[in-house]
Amino acid sequence: MKPLKTLLTTTAILGCLAGAAQAKTLVYCSEGSPEGFDPALYTAGTTFDASSRPVYNRLVEFEKSSTETLPGLAESWDVSEDGTEYTFHLREGVKFQTTDFFTPTRDFNADDVIFSFERQLDEQNPWHQYVSGAAWEYFNSMSMPDLIQSIEKVDDMTVKFVLTRPEAPMIANLAMDFASIMSKEYADQLEAEGRMEQLNQRPVGTGPFKFVAYQPDAVIRYQAHADYWDGKQPIDDLVFAITTDASVRAQKLQAGECHVMPYPNPADVQAMQNDDRLTVQEQEGLNVGYLAYNTTQEPFDNPKVRKALNMAINKDAIIEAVFQGAGAKAKNPIPPTMWSYNDEIEDDPYDPEAARQMLEEEGVSNLSMKVWAMPVQRPYNPNARRMAELIQSDFAEVGVEVEIVSYEWAEYLERSKAEDRDGAVLLGWTGDNGDPDNFLAVLLGCDAVGNANRAQWCNEDFEKLIQEAKVESDQEKRTELYEQAQVIFKDQAPWATIAHSVVHMPMRKEVQGYEMSPLGAHRFDGVDIAE
Amino acid sequence: MLSFFLRRLLLLIPTFIGVSIVSFAFIRLLPGDPIMLMAGERGMSAERYLELQHQFGYDRPLVVQYLDYLWGVLQGDLGQSIVTKRPVLQEFFTLFPATLELSLCAITIAVAIGVPAGVLAAVKRGSFLDQAIMGTALVGYSMPIFWWGLLLIILFSGVLGWTPVSGRISLMFFFPPVTGFMLIDSLLSGQAGAFRSALSHLVLPSIVLATIPLAVIARQTRSAMLEVLSEDYVRTARAKGLPSRRVVGLHALRNALIPVITTIGLQVGVLLAGAILTETIFSWPGIGKWMVDSVFRRDYPVIQGGLLIIAGIIMLVNLLVDVLYGLVNPRIRHAR
Repeated sequence: MKPLKTLLTTTAILGCLAGAAQAKTLVYCSEGSPEGFDPALYTAGTTFDASSRPVYNRLVEFEKSSTETLPGLAESWDVSEDGTEYTFHLREGVKFQTTDFFTPTRDFNADDVIFSFERQLDEQNPWHQYVSGAAWEYFNSMSMPDLIQSIEKVDDMTVKFVLTRPEAPMIANLAMDFASIMSKEYADQLEAEGRMEQLNQRPVGTGPFKFVAYQPDAVIRYQAHADYWDGKQPIDDLVFAITTDASVRAQKLQAGECHVMPYPNPADVQAMQNDDRLTVQEQEGLNVGYLAYNTTQEPFDNPKVRKALNMAINKDAIIEAVFQGAGAKAKNPIPPTMWSYNDEIEDDPYDPEAARQMLEEEGVSNLSMKVWAMPVQRPYNPNARRMAELIQSDFAEVGVEVEIVSYEWAEYLERSKAEDRDGAVLLGWTGDNGDPDNFLAVLLGCDAVGNANRAQWCNEDFEKLIQEAKVESDQEKRTELYEQAQVIFKDQAPWATIAHSVVHMPMRKEVQGYEMSPLGAHRFDGVDIAE
Repeated sequence: MLSFFLRRLLLLIPTFIGVSIVSFAFIRLLPGDPIMLMAGERGMSAERYLELQHQFGYDRPLVVQYLDYLWGVLQGDLGQSIVTKRPVLQEFFTLFPATLELSLCAITIAVAIGVPAGVLAAVKRGSFLDQAIMGTALVGYSMPIFWWGLLLIILFSGVLGWTPVSGRISLMFFFPPVTGFMLIDSLLSGQAGAFRSALSHLVLPSIVLATIPLAVIARQTRSAMLEVLSEDYVRTARAKGLPSRRVVGLHALRNALIPVITTIGLQVGVLLAGAILTETIFSWPGIGKWMVDSVFRRDYPVIQGGLLIIAGIIMLVNLLVDVLYGLVNPRIRHAR
């Protein structure tokens, strides 16, 4: 008996070792803990990286390395003539993940789609308040409650969204994290067991990786979803090692304790680029940092004055001093990674002499103004105070005196909206869905005056173009319209566009197939590790 | 002794209420509320803001909110995190063992090295050894934890490769938590090498966290020893011809330890404060990191609940020290 037992044990151990040797594990040193695993409840990228991106799919997906969209759980869709009806034809044979806590008995279908949206839309839905204070913030801030009139199940594999008005960015909205498709069957099971809050703790989706375990603030474990509709992933296990400090992340990467890390300290990037065990990818972030004049007030209501001031700003110095190289000069209000970015446009030259002359021609002398500096670090502006000081000295060169003001962040956001605000505001924006509408209409549309349109700028021609683009479903035509809109923007200069951040992504050399997403997502589908 | 204990216990009640008020009020004095932070640059309409405020119950008068909170606390309910939607108490107990494990290790190191070092410095007063020990203690005390932690990581993990950079155990090992103490759980898991891995992960953070208490304990021991060593009874003991080791180890040290015990008790607060930084550097999933994250997210229930529990722990430890002190030193116990 004893030899048999030994033999069995040995075999088991060898089996485990062989399994361990074969299993490919990718370790990602993530920058923080997810708030939960139901992406629709949250707005933070860290949470999306851990929930919607590995575990879930959406009807429409973003391409990995661009802001374009691709079919996801919907194989195709039709848009009605008037642009208010979107009919989605769902993908057949899509399996939900089988986990320790849930075994699906059916494939993905229209009920899952309807459940995923109804819980956010319908206040009477039992899942609308399944955790206290569920605000469905992204769903609301993308105006979905106003936009969606109804969601109808045409048949098991067809769903129709009826909108209250035509809205071309709808497709991009449906690729956003809040639109992740949940399993209705799993939700029903949780509801029956009286453990609804588990939906936010132990996710089940159709995505490339299935959730295995989360040790709060320490480790999240995933396994490749064996029956993934787009094929099993090259790696077997995906592990998030939560490491909040950027220097420590860098040490872990160098020590080989993880394969990929986000958000390095700008100061460490150079050393990592020189390390022959690492590669550092880089890309402009989907954001823009700007200085918004109040275009309703004298003399800033004069485009030539705004243009002159723009020419007085030394952006190179700002990139150097404020971004420490992790930034790129901005000439347009949308970032270069976004479709319809108009690269033909030439930036205003840095020319203080010409700027001074232009101001004189416009009869502006002894001008003194306020520049608002944000009190917080943001991706598009890591040090607003320093930026404001540089602008102050640039403007002094052309005879404009600047007083720098600042408020606590929430108050800053609130006060800077006011139509009669005194001074130009430093602020910025990070895109949500990669659609130009999400920058141009949200930040510069007439409806946004007194709100997110900090320049209080309402230009008829510009507005006409972006409104037209909003209801046009042909992307080529939309591109043309947005390109024209950017020309008007540059000509009218409601902002000084300052910078887009440059995002660095250091990883071990053996990592293959990682592509940076302009939307800031960290995705591991299709990623492999070389032996 | 019992009345002494009860008196101390009664004193805790007003302190506890005071802490609850302060923790409740302070976080609300911080500019920016969780709802505004949720919206960010995007902003939020005034109606939506009010709606959400109502949903979270923040539109009620502060006094009502506080009394509601206090009522919950008395029933053992600290509320739910705004962010993770999980009960605060549950989150605390998930994370606390990690902090406790780290703190116990750190205080053990601090006492095990600090007391002998202090005794040695006192006995060899004025010597080079004394100056070296006290000099090192001063440096240790003044060391910024953040910098010190990174320095050790770069040296021992980066250059020498002796210790892992951060975390509690190698990611190779995966077992469900039983006690929450990684050293114990790794043994229970029966996986070969797990305990070793857990121990190696504990080394650097323990040293970093132990540094300040170690310095304080060493200095306190030295001065207490010096005082005792000049007492008459020590001279008498020496005059009796007792070996020096016996005089120092038995007669002097026992008495000198009284203030040292108090100092060690007071280090609990220092440890918990130090844990905030140490845990952040070493990605140690404890309550320090949890609290810091919550402050940034303005997660009111977590911050006020967390502060309350931490304050409660510190108060209890101090009570325990007082009692212990009373046991060691009858003069205190009998004082009215």
